[in-house]
Amino acid sequence: MSIQYHPDDDHLVRYAAGELSEAWSLLVATHNALCLSCRTKTRLAEAVGGVLVTDAAPTEMSVGALEATMARALNPQDDFVVRPEPASVQALTAKPVLPQPLRGYAGGDLQGLRWRRLGRGAYYVPLMSGRGAPTARLLRIPAGRPVPEHGHKGLELTMVLQGAFTDGGKRFGVGDVEAADSDLEHQPVAEPGEDCICLAVTDAPLRFRGLFARMVQPFIGI
Amino acid sequence: MISTLAISQASVTPTLRAASGLGQSPQRDWLNDLQDEEPPRDPDQSPDWNSLLCSVATQDRAAFASLFTHFAPRVKSYMLRLGSDAAQAEELAQEAMAAVWRKADRYDPERAAASTWIFTVARNLRIDAFRRQNHPELDPNDPALVPELPVSADLIVARKQDASLIHKALAELSQEQREVLRLSFFDDQTHMQISETLDIPLGTVKSRIRLAFGRIRTMLEDKE
Repeated sequence: MSIQYHPDDDHLVRYAAGELSEAWSLLVATHNALCLSCRTKTRLAEAVGGVLVTDAAPTEMSVGALEATMARALNPQDDFVVRPEPASVQALTAKPVLPQPLRGYAGGDLQGLRWRRLGRGAYYVPLMSGRGAPTARLLRIPAGRPVPEHGHKGLELTMVLQGAFTDGGKRFGVGDVEAADSDLEHQPVAEPGEDCICLAVTDAPLRFRGLFARMVQPFIGI
Repeated sequence: MISTLAISQASVTPTLRAASGLGQSPQRDWLNDLQDEEPPRDPDQSPDWNSLLCSVATQDRAAFASLFTHFAPRVKSYMLRLGSDAAQAEELAQEAMAAVWRKADRYDPERAAASTWIFTVARNLRIDAFRRQNHPELDPNDPALVPELPVSADLIVARKQDASLIHKALAELSQEQREVLRLSFFDDQTHMQISETLDIPLGTVKSRIRLAFGRIRTMLEDKE
């Protein structure tokens, strides 16, 4: 398995800087779980962040800050307890298909996910959505079938987790990330043999073209 | 060292302050701070921060005090640059260092320098405090993870990412390339905002980030 299509370096740098919102970060972190090359690049970008912070001029801490910090360290305050990462609720019986951190956001591995109908045999699981915020969801496209035709207003990144799809003459296998912007009306088609499961993140709501998808889109909130 | 700066102080701050919604920050500007930057440290002269951080995992308070003295004031500057006022920055710096104490057992010196790890702790705390979001990260113990390189090869990677090499590589970047990297890490600006701040097209922001990062990677590989 060799990954051919990666997130842009500029995404890795912004992930490292903490400037991507959670949905984009989820895709980068999930890709990094499967891609050593991007994992190494991301570590380098984080190291650049560490050097930039360390090289900057220091600002004096208040008097007694060290003692206050020790007290905090030993008695964490509720205000600042970092929210826990979503945890996987299922016990694992075999090597999971969904790597962390994605499995935590989905609530478990593929078995037992609550898939919702998208039309034309395709299903989805919403992971993150909010007004104006980037949306993340899992897609399941039946083997040999197209994703309901769609365009979008902003950027869409789609990462393959199981199976493969082809789009515009390119093949995307496990770990590959396809970037599609608003200019592209694309038509991914799952390869025969196995359902294709993807993590898809978009800037703006998708505009599905199929009749069924257009009829239900206002109601299912994707 | 940086002698001239292409963008004016006034052009940087308003967008940031408006976007952060975190109240008024002091009129301190990081572009001025750059001129106070310390000269490159000789790695042989500076304390071994990585070992000190490992000692913190064994509840070594003296090691923590040394790390605190060096890193807390820098984490505070980081928070100030990202729009905290002085009181918030102090609070966040203390909390970040408290998290360093609590999580030090997760630090792996083969994978990251102490400065890198402390930066990521501070970054994640900032995202949680300001955006109420998580920063999703891979789990090194996940069975679905594609395994790391063997340790010997990874040690080379760790050495390549040595802080002093990166420091030198940053100094060799063009001013424009350094600028977009600093804005990415320090100004909580989107690409669009950076584009407006520097008055360059959006595509140029992205390509400068790619070029700057690519040059750093090349420089570190050449120095192997």
